[in-house]
Amino acid sequence: MFSHRHARGLHHPTAKQGGIGLLALLAGAAAVWAVGSLISDIKPSDSARKERQKGRRIGSGAPDEAKSAVVGRTVTIHRPKAELYDAWRDFARLPEFLENVESIAVLDETRSRWTVTGPAGTSFEFFSVITEDRPGEVIAWTSEPDADVRNSGRVEFRDAPGGRGTEVKATIAYEPPGGPLGQIFAKMLQREPGLQVRRDLKRFKQLMETGEIAVAASRRAES
Amino acid sequence: MRALTWHGKRDVRVETLPDPEIVNPRDIIVRVTSTAICGSDLHLYHGMIPAMMPGDVLGHEFMGEVVEVGRGNTSLKKGDRVVVPFVIACGACFHCRKLQYSSCENSNPADTADLPETVYGHQTAGLFGYSHLTGGYAGGQAELVRVPYSDVGPIVVPEDLTDDEVLFLSDILPTGWMAAENCQIEEGDTVAVWGCGPVGLFAIQSALLMGASQVIAIDHMPTRLELAQRLGAKVIDFSSADVYSALLDMTGGIGPDAVIDAVGMESHGFAFDNIVDYAKQMLMLESDRPSALRQAIFACRAGGRVSIPGVYGGFVDKFPIGAVMEKGLTIRSGQTHVQKYLPRLLDMIREKKIDTTFLISHRMPLEDAAEAYRMFSDEPDTTTKVVLKT
Ligand SMILES: NC(=O)c1ccc[n+]([C@@H]2O[C@H](COP(=O)([O-])OP(=O)(O)OC[C@H]3O[C@@H](n4cnc5c(N)ncnc54)[C@H](O)[C@@H]3O)[C@@H](O)[C@H]2O)c1
Ligand SMILES: [Zn+2]
Ligand SMILES: [Zn+2]
Repeated sequence: MFSHRHARGLHHPTAKQGGIGLLALLAGAAAVWAVGSLISDIKPSDSARKERQKGRRIGSGAPDEAKSAVVGRTVTIHRPKAELYDAWRDFARLPEFLENVESIAVLDETRSRWTVTGPAGTSFEFFSVITEDRPGEVIAWTSEPDADVRNSGRVEFRDAPGGRGTEVKATIAYEPPGGPLGQIFAKMLQREPGLQVRRDLKRFKQLMETGEIAVAASRRAES
Repeated sequence: MRALTWHGKRDVRVETLPDPEIVNPRDIIVRVTSTAICGSDLHLYHGMIPAMMPGDVLGHEFMGEVVEVGRGNTSLKKGDRVVVPFVIACGACFHCRKLQYSSCENSNPADTADLPETVYGHQTAGLFGYSHLTGGYAGGQAELVRVPYSDVGPIVVPEDLTDDEVLFLSDILPTGWMAAENCQIEEGDTVAVWGCGPVGLFAIQSALLMGASQVIAIDHMPTRLELAQRLGAKVIDFSSADVYSALLDMTGGIGPDAVIDAVGMESHGFAFDNIVDYAKQMLMLESDRPSALRQAIFACRAGGRVSIPGVYGGFVDKFPIGAVMEKGLTIRSGQTHVQKYLPRLLDMIREKKIDTTFLISHRMPLEDAAEAYRMFSDEPDTTTKVVLKT
């Protein structure tokens, strides 16, 4: 959730490839955004800001509020709360749907070591510690103080109305590193801060609702 | 395998590609026996749909034999003969459980679902062979196809029905049916249908089956108008008659109770608004050309229903929202929720209540698909529907 490895698989063809439609389509969409529908995606929502404050209290490993970016996203998943919580609590499984997390080694009840893909094919590691854990309700974690990219995450599960399953809300905060790499990083994230969380949550939903993650590839090697 | 691929505007080719494989547990592989070219494919052929990539395999109307079954599908077996819906749907998400399959939240992969979310505000289902807006799944104008979520979509068809009789369950028959259903037809109703392509023709047939007293078909192609007439519709040739006044004449001055736009984003004609739209489309100021839709909304009686099976992908100008509001019209639309209609329509085909083969004008080998596209695009009057055989 901290970088954009997905760029590799990004299928945003140029207008030329797509005939005349895409530009007109995006120009039209831009007019819709202008009235503000996407603003909430770009600025942290109020609830996301609260999470950030909670994150700060936890320890010095949490990202510095002033410098960090916060993104939040909610999806409804048609599975019981407990099942979704259990799946997320099993950190070793997260890389299945967190696109840019290569692996997570669970070290003990609360600590884990994450290997994450960074910009331009780099990869980096950090230790993460669970800071809040209420079965069926919420899981939150934050990086330990020496992390290159200080970050924290929080996933909340609450019953959706009308038997629609569970609303899963993920909030991620991170403080990009300094230096040139950090700048590339920040640029990539600014472009569409919510993108990675959105995609990761979508994959989580696909996995939990359908037992598999949707891919368009016709062959295993391409998927 | 051999497959029809898209390379740009009016450039499609039959090429050799690697065979598809089972990728996810719920997949099957289908060996295609028959596949059709759709009016929707023409929008791709004309470069009207964004997010196409050179090499994409087209085709979303297909059927064939199951040749491989993933371990997650326990309902199909090798050798089954299936028709595959053009909509890919997971069967488990909120929308699928509401039978709104074409809004499936899971079948459009996470990275491609961003585009419809950005442009439309929400995800749309994955579709076969229909651009990277809808997943970029390889289509069925090919010898072999990977079919995801195969325990939800494909329907097994009995051996006593021919390919030609059941193939259109994949799209245009349920599309025409849903278009008519969206008209909420009541006794005494007149339904007017713009476009006598395959979708319009099935909408006409469906509207009559649903009890419409009168169906009026509008087009400018003689052969297609004749097919509509043979189904029992009255016809208006828009090249020689004023559609609005003809419709009022035929409905005692009331106007049709329901109107169907089975034309979509590439309206023909030399109505002034259409020429302006055409120019804007070329300049990328507008993505769709909605002349038929404007006319339909204008002609629809107050309190009537507007059903839009015709495909639109983006934005239109001069949308007559005033007529919609002031006349209190109801608009219903959507990519067809194919899965929802299959069992019932298959029964109706078996009982010979619906004629599904009357519109097929050409049967050609897949190898000739590029020529078939050209004919369907350039000689549409006589090329009403092409079925490709592999
Ligand atoms: N909703 C869905 O799920 C779905 C499924 C299949 C097809 N479609 C869409 O339905 C539409 C029709 O498909 P088709 O296969 O029948 O296409 P088609 O191109 O064969 O038929 C379109 C017909 O509309 C006529 N037409 C053009 N301009 C007109 C006008 N101004 N007034 C009246 N008639 C006019 C044409 O002469 C032609 O006969 C397309 O937009 C297609 O993409 C939608
Ligand atoms: Zn079609
Ligand atoms: Zn679904």
